[in-house]
Amino acid sequence: MVAVSVSQRIASDDQLARLLQIGIVLEEVVEARAHHHYRGVDADLDDEIEALLADAAEESADHRERLESLIAGLGVDSVPFDEIESLVDARYGRTKPEDFDGILYDQLCNEETAYKFYDDLIEAIEASDAEFTIDRDRLLRTLRTIREEEAEGVSEVTEVMERR
Amino acid sequence: MNTADQYLKTIYVVQKQEDGPASTGSIADALDVSPASANEMIGKLEERGLAEHEKYKGVQLTDDGILRARDALQTYCIIERFLANVLGVEEFRAEAHELEAVIDDTVAERLDTIIDRQPECPDCFDPETDACACLEVAMAPVESD
Repeated sequence: MVAVSVSQRIASDDQLARLLQIGIVLEEVVEARAHHHYRGVDADLDDEIEALLADAAEESADHRERLESLIAGLGVDSVPFDEIESLVDARYGRTKPEDFDGILYDQLCNEETAYKFYDDLIEAIEASDAEFTIDRDRLLRTLRTIREEEAEGVSEVTEVMERR
Repeated sequence: MNTADQYLKTIYVVQKQEDGPASTGSIADALDVSPASANEMIGKLEERGLAEHEKYKGVQLTDDGILRARDALQTYCIIERFLANVLGVEEFRAEAHELEAVIDDTVAERLDTIIDRQPECPDCFDPETDACACLEVAMAPVESD
């Protein structure tokens, strides 16, 4: 077994870029799944869920762009999305939710997972004294804004689930 | 993955390697920490009922400890697989170790929806190669850098 440093914090541009790439893939998963849900049950989809999924897809695309812009500042190549998208598409059938409750629950998991990811990432960056190529304030400001939007997403889905 | 889970995962793997209790020295070596630090955390795991430490013999995980260790190992396998097969990272083992502290199990579960993990996971983890024995590294990495 290779020796590791316990609770290692983010120490380099490359590590930061990799974590931002993981964020992009998570956003890609949210976007792809929202589109699939939308297409998969479109005949019976009501306006409220339709609007929720459309908003989620749009917000994920926006988050992805912001993360890409941060990665661009680090001088590291980003992830080619068409290939990730086909991968997410190919896997979707095995894990797709069966009904409206499932769709909402899946959406809640998406938002909660994204929130947790950004929260951990922000904490790790705050705990690190590494110097990154991009401005630290801009990095943290962007990630905190995205985290806030994910928290709002969790509240919105929870509110719809409780009401229905 | 928090520090306690990283310890549990390591103790679990060392126990399997040594086919018995894991010595504090082996645990400290595997985690690249001092024996004093390892002892301190092992004490905390004992207090939480996750491990038992017998002097001169070593550490053994309790049933609860094993459950948590296996979950942690599974999370680790997901990270390795995701890095190797989705992002096409060549140094996926080293990077997985670097990133595991920042990747939570809920995040790993989502990443798990786009990787092809075997049902026997985490029993497929091979301590010698420090990777899943069924992990096939992507032939055509999707990453361009």
